[in-house]
Amino acid sequence: MDATPLAAPRRGTRTAAALADPALLRRAAQDALRKLNPRHLVRNPVIFTTEVVAILVTLLAARAFATGQPWPFQAGIALWLWLTVLFATFAEAVAEGRGRAQADALRRTRGETVAKLLLRPDDRALWQPRAAAELRVGDLVLVEAGDIVPADGEVAQGIASVNEAAVTGESAAVIRESGGDRSAVTGGTLVVSDWIVVRVTAAAGSSFLDRMIALVEGASRQKTPNEIALDILLAGMTIIFLIAVATLVGFAGWNGQAPSVAVLAALLVTLIPTTIGGLLSAIGIAGMDRLVRFNVLATSGRAVEAAGDVDVLLLDKTGTITLGNRQAAAFLPAPGVSEREVAEAAVLASLGDETPEGRSILALARDRHGIVPAELPHGAVVVPFTAQTRLSGLDLGADKLRKGAVDAVLALLAAPAPAGFRASVDGIARAGGTPLAVARNGVLLGAIELKDIVKDGMHARFEALRAMGIRTVMVTGDNRLTAAAIAAEAGVDDFIAEATPEQKLAYIRAAQAEGRLVAMAGDGTNDAPALAQADVGLAMQTGTQAAREAGNMVDLDSDPTKLIEVVEIGKQLLITRGALTTFSIANDVAKYFAILPAIFVASYPELGALNVMALASPESAILSAVIFNALIIVALVPLALRGVRYAPGGAAALLRRNLLVYGLGGLLAPFLGIKLIDLFLVLIGIA
Amino acid sequence: MTWNGWAQIALVLAAILATAIPLARYIAAVAAGRVRFLAALERPIYAACGIDPARGMGWRGYTLAMLAANAAGFVLLYALLRLQGVLPLNPQGFDGIAPWLAFNTAVSFVTNTDWQAYSGESAMSNLSQMAGLSVQNFLSAATGIALALAVSRAFAAGKLQDLGNFWADFVRVTLYLLLPLSLVLGLAFVAMGMPQTLAANAEATTLEGATQVIPLGPAAFQIAIKHLGTNGGGFFGANSAHPFEGPSALATAAQIWAQQIIPFALALAFGRIVGDPRQGRALLGVMLVYVVAATALVYAAEAGGNPLHLAAGLDPTLGNMEGKEVRFGMALTALFTATTTGASCGAVNAMFDSFTPLGGLVPLFLIQLGEVLPGGVGSGLYGMLVFALLAVFIAGLMVGRTPEYLGKKVQAREIKLAMLAVLVLPAAILGFGAVSLALPAAVASIQDAGPHGLSEMLYAYSSAAGNNGSAFGGLTADTPWLNTTLGIAMLLGRFAYVVPVMAIAGSIAAKPKLAASAGTFPTHGPLFAGLLAGVILILGGLQFMPALALGPLAEHFALAAGKIF
Repeated sequence: MDATPLAAPRRGTRTAAALADPALLRRAAQDALRKLNPRHLVRNPVIFTTEVVAILVTLLAARAFATGQPWPFQAGIALWLWLTVLFATFAEAVAEGRGRAQADALRRTRGETVAKLLLRPDDRALWQPRAAAELRVGDLVLVEAGDIVPADGEVAQGIASVNEAAVTGESAAVIRESGGDRSAVTGGTLVVSDWIVVRVTAAAGSSFLDRMIALVEGASRQKTPNEIALDILLAGMTIIFLIAVATLVGFAGWNGQAPSVAVLAALLVTLIPTTIGGLLSAIGIAGMDRLVRFNVLATSGRAVEAAGDVDVLLLDKTGTITLGNRQAAAFLPAPGVSEREVAEAAVLASLGDETPEGRSILALARDRHGIVPAELPHGAVVVPFTAQTRLSGLDLGADKLRKGAVDAVLALLAAPAPAGFRASVDGIARAGGTPLAVARNGVLLGAIELKDIVKDGMHARFEALRAMGIRTVMVTGDNRLTAAAIAAEAGVDDFIAEATPEQKLAYIRAAQAEGRLVAMAGDGTNDAPALAQADVGLAMQTGTQAAREAGNMVDLDSDPTKLIEVVEIGKQLLITRGALTTFSIANDVAKYFAILPAIFVASYPELGALNVMALASPESAILSAVIFNALIIVALVPLALRGVRYAPGGAAALLRRNLLVYGLGGLLAPFLGIKLIDLFLVLIGIA
Repeated sequence: MTWNGWAQIALVLAAILATAIPLARYIAAVAAGRVRFLAALERPIYAACGIDPARGMGWRGYTLAMLAANAAGFVLLYALLRLQGVLPLNPQGFDGIAPWLAFNTAVSFVTNTDWQAYSGESAMSNLSQMAGLSVQNFLSAATGIALALAVSRAFAAGKLQDLGNFWADFVRVTLYLLLPLSLVLGLAFVAMGMPQTLAANAEATTLEGATQVIPLGPAAFQIAIKHLGTNGGGFFGANSAHPFEGPSALATAAQIWAQQIIPFALALAFGRIVGDPRQGRALLGVMLVYVVAATALVYAAEAGGNPLHLAAGLDPTLGNMEGKEVRFGMALTALFTATTTGASCGAVNAMFDSFTPLGGLVPLFLIQLGEVLPGGVGSGLYGMLVFALLAVFIAGLMVGRTPEYLGKKVQAREIKLAMLAVLVLPAAILGFGAVSLALPAAVASIQDAGPHGLSEMLYAYSSAAGNNGSAFGGLTADTPWLNTTLGIAMLLGRFAYVVPVMAIAGSIAAKPKLAASAGTFPTHGPLFAGLLAGVILILGGLQFMPALALGPLAEHFALAAGKIF
């Protein structure tokens, strides 16, 4: 586990298509034009309104041109209204283009595969070729070394090593076998050795990969719940400003000339929330895309949003919070024995022990006592560990070295163990460790303390999660005593000891009943109910098909720690949406100061006092506001795609910072922007 | 502005805050049915009407009961007004009220607006005043408070089945809150010199020897509920500027207290009902900041005086005294103005038409902001909660979670309904206002030319739709067009607003209440209060800026340049 700080999620193996990739931009520009189709735009009420208004002003400008009336101002407004719409569709097209790049990479992994369809379940020799696209759920196919797995499925027979680099980007082969927790295979992956019979679980077009491709491309993207609510807010604001601008005809007509349609159109479009309206779908697509680049595939945008809402994280102890294996942490000599003697005996006893625990004993002896182990001495006989003896060791002629479970070793001894030894062994157990006894020729030398090693940086991560208001819960099969000790060391908020699948499920239900949202990671079939019950269930790619179906996200790297980053990506998505909404709405104040005096100065010259930006002329003021309104969409596209900066912390601190940046910033930025555009218009002689 | 003036303002506000705290506790107890000292009165009412106070109602049932009660109130009041000429207690012998005016007046009092297109002392019989208008003053106030209690309950716990019983709330609020307060305040008003008599008129001989007829009537208690219920309909046409309706500075201060106390206390009661008093304090804080700021603006604008008068050599220390309550000075006028328009009361002790343009802009804008600062009794609280939901939704995403308010998720349904409610005011105010400025029949009612005339019309529809009821002045309101459209605006402002709000309450009530954590958007501190204040200004106010620019703002800048219309 690397100790990357929480603030900087690790980069997955996939990299984002560069924003400035010319091919991507060219394609996006074409798509942006295609998306001008009102039938497509009607899904986005703000931008649809803008388009309708743009059409209206264009027609008016054309009529003015045809009848010989002054037309350039109207044409200028029309142009920038069209650009506003175009920038919005462009933002969406760029986001989709980046998603498509991901999808293409995924799709390349499939290609044209020919499956070996078994005609009889029990006869591997009898098969016929069948195109992968024609396989049906329940078909049995044989996949041998060198074959591509033709479809998602479950291993029905056999065992094989599979290279899943096509899907995960990880080149080391993994074992897939029937039964157990490593039975799921993904279409497009390569069998490197041996053979397996796979039962197809997803028909062509609805496989895991197909669903992911559709999602990242944005083709089957459903609006998420928060997005729908935001859309309603934006539509409501559009109607409110429509009323305000339409009634202006009556109010302005009372004492003077009602403003022209082009001017009213400009006022309307600058007031309705075009910025967030134009960027909303891009933000959603980009959030999904960030997750994919992080090698996590979500089955829906809803799941990504739910990740941001999570209150409780269930994390497995082994492999997630602690390193996969326990490691030697100390040598504890029996009374009258030196620590070095224990270490030397332990090293000899472990020379033939290739397990990680055995390796860690050698490492500890080297670090503490400078004992560099020699090669296995000639004539030495390794005594392997068995479940019956529960100890292992080495026979060097008459010199018999043993290490193992305490009672197993004590049973070998001639004399009973000294009282001091018992105490230190119990101490190890109480602290959450596992004691191993070491004996040489029937004489007890001492004990080795094996400990679960908490991964570097986990404590700080849990600290950060706590600040975000998220409780972390460690799930372990250890007994309560051990679990409590490790939980305290890792700094989690709670733990489930001697955990069974039923207990996990019960814990999740209880937390949900208190009104909390729960996320968990899991891989085994027995995790499936809990994964399905959890609000966010992150299944491991190496896990079973049942687990993958039950979860709403799959981690291609099979790294349960990623659950933490998934939560962060979910939060970042929501924050980006909120920040740009706030920015967009706050912009309106400055636009009033630009446009209102410009519109009314003819009827009431004194209202020029409201022209606080000292814009050159009414025309340049209105045009500047419209241009700013259009350009700000483009300017914010990178932010929408990248997401706003997110530093984990409490809600109050986040809110303060974001309100300051996007609320106050949104209030002030357009004053500056509109003024600069106005100066530029004067400079080039338009105004 | 003077220190003395500010001290008066501070004193009245301090009195309001000091009494709002215990009253909030009391209201929460009434809402929970824990106050029983009039059970001997309460129980027979339930028995007679077949009400089971323990039977909870969902939002639909609650809303339908409320609408039924109000429809009945409207029909009775309309009939009473039309028939007052043949009914008793009519010492002055007034005729029945004309149909359009009766419609407008009945709607006005049922909706807690109390817009008066008539002059009480020269049109209304004592029976109409007491059994009609006074009774509606109680019932419309009780309706508003009951609705606010129902909406508050929706946030109190998770997965609620019902919002309480409308009839029980209605009876309890009237019996335990409005009647006792009115009784005490009414007696105090009598002691301060307001008339409370069934005699018709007093006759006096003036210094010139002429005979003057001075209208009297059962005024004091009606005036008490006029303020306590944020109704605002004066017994006399001149409202609180009439010497009988505002006999002394103390009476004026008491009226300001009365028109603020229940809305402020309800904000605090909300905090108690949802089990977190800090939430109520945050809402109250926003209300208070606006009241103080609005008071300061009116005070400063009026104390600054009219530039034309100053140019003519008027003493600058006098300020603009035109239209003010000359006996009590500018400070209490400014506070009265800010509180009566912020609170949807609509009683007046000054003539807004005579204010400086900016001084007149403040009351107009306060109404347009949605009557939530602190708003009418009940309606102020539920209106504020709509803004709170919108504020939480807009900025809540910025903490990286689905927005939630008090543990209740704010989702598409709530936003849809909140936007529907928020749309009502601009549609009614700007829609009717713009049409009326173009319609010759309506334009004829306007007294002044230029932006001031626009303000007069804009104010009328703002006042009606905001259920405020105060008049800017300068508008002849008793015409068929204005009586009808203002009546419709009042109905929209009350019922088209509250039905979606109750639907929100129903939806919120059914949701589970999520536990708070460090990741929860905090809605109790100054940060949220500031955010809420900003959202009220932007979502509630921005849409009115173009119209305001053409009215008071245009007039202000023109006046500063020495131009009048």
